[in-house]
Amino acid sequence: MGRVCIYGLAMKTVMDTPVRGWRDRVFLAAAFFFVSVFIIFVLTLIITDVFYVDGKAVTTVLASKFIRHALWMSIWTSCATTLIALLFAVPMGYSLSRFRFPGHILADAIVDLPIVFPPLVAGLTLLVFFSQTSPGRWIQEDLGIEFVFQPKGIVLCQFVAAASFAIRSAKTAFDDVDRRYENVALTLGCTQWGSFRRVCLPLARNGIIAGGILTWSRAFGLFGPLMIFVGSFRGRTEVLSTTIFLEQSVGNLEVALAIALLLIVVALIAVTGIRLVGGSVLVKR
Amino acid sequence: MICTEEISFRIGTFQLQRLSINIAKGEYFILLGPPGSGKTIFLECLCGLKKIDSGRIYIEGQQVTNLEPRARGIGYVPQDYALFPHLSVERNIAFGLRVRGYQHKDSQAKITETAELLDIQGFLSRRIHGLSGGEKQRVALARALVLQPKILLLEEPVCALDEVTRQEVCVQLLDIQRRLGLTTIHVSHNLEEAFTVADRAAILNEGILQQVGPLDELLSKPNSKFVVRFTRHEKNLVCRGNGQERPEPEQPGKGP
Repeated sequence: MGRVCIYGLAMKTVMDTPVRGWRDRVFLAAAFFFVSVFIIFVLTLIITDVFYVDGKAVTTVLASKFIRHALWMSIWTSCATTLIALLFAVPMGYSLSRFRFPGHILADAIVDLPIVFPPLVAGLTLLVFFSQTSPGRWIQEDLGIEFVFQPKGIVLCQFVAAASFAIRSAKTAFDDVDRRYENVALTLGCTQWGSFRRVCLPLARNGIIAGGILTWSRAFGLFGPLMIFVGSFRGRTEVLSTTIFLEQSVGNLEVALAIALLLIVVALIAVTGIRLVGGSVLVKR
Repeated sequence: MICTEEISFRIGTFQLQRLSINIAKGEYFILLGPPGSGKTIFLECLCGLKKIDSGRIYIEGQQVTNLEPRARGIGYVPQDYALFPHLSVERNIAFGLRVRGYQHKDSQAKITETAELLDIQGFLSRRIHGLSGGEKQRVALARALVLQPKILLLEEPVCALDEVTRQEVCVQLLDIQRRLGLTTIHVSHNLEEAFTVADRAAILNEGILQQVGPLDELLSKPNSKFVVRFTRHEKNLVCRGNGQERPEPEQPGKGP
């Protein structure tokens, strides 16, 4: 029962052993000390924002058409990114987990590479690729799929920065599914695809959803590569994170922080919501 | 019924070497060997879960060497049963029927019939998580038997059970096998099980088949030192397992 998955979504790790003696108490106290320090720290940061923001800033944020647009952009781009990332993550995670092909160790390492990319480097690289290289220009000019300074570019940036989380989680989830389940399914009449769909995928679902949540969170708050690759045009390529930057750069600190609070609230609702829905559906084993 | 012709399979440094076995229709065959001797790999080759490097496999005279697992008509119960944890007992049993596109009514009738045979009607709606070892074993058997396979492969079917239940379950397995007339291969490292169930046995060591024949013959006319050692060692374990709280000191010269 001691398996904890990313985001605590996969399995309940309820402490149902009785606490006896001072050693158990010290152990529990130590564990909860770190939990509380972390949570208090994060809450303090948010409360600091709350105190800095005044009513005027809040009304400005709520009334602004552009900020509503940025919020909407943030939501749809991050959701689109998450869907595309999961579309890649499931087959990739399965392949990396199950098949041994030449260079699979390298492939596995490359999956993690975008996580260590500094955000600015990711944005710059995308910009150079699409504006300076012939394959990039071919995509933009001949195929007519424009990314630079376009809403589509937001999704691309988010995908580059966040897809690794989904792929990594999916791979770990598939690693945890015992091969024997699939073998039995094959003898019971499934094809490879059938055993994947009926057995492997349902058993890996928790981990895949956890990866989706991480991806969405990263995509929703992404800032660095966006500023370089798509800029922040009012009403066009502006998302909440870039709006915050623009507001604070012209000195509207209260408004910037009010938008930040909006971002935090939306993220909190989304992440908790998925956890509650996903958790209750999935943890009844 | 089942005939393997010099099948070989290599994985890492381990190799199954030119295994030839003939098993008659309706026979209860037990494959014995110490852990790591290749018993499981042999079963997986028979099922088609592993592709053999050379040799041929025949089932009822028909060559199945390159057939997919689902087309071989084999029921496979792996060690620890591998019941699908995301499905209920009933859905586990219904799994093969659903995959094969049975109508709900037909599959329901088959499930009821199999559940009665194995006496598991009482917990069809339960989840796998809370079942005991013996219950899991019966559910896994039901999941394989509901498809009416011609051949049943049991991988260490009773090794997860306690000593008392083990004997009981072996008798039940034999009973079911006789009633359905199933050709059965039972893989085990435990000679005691062989005494209870087997018509014939084979002993495997390091991927090489040591001896095949009726149990008496293996005990009375062992053809190699390994067979002597294996059967003697296992026999001692059997003696200890039979309720003697203090095993008698080993007496040299006693035994086969």
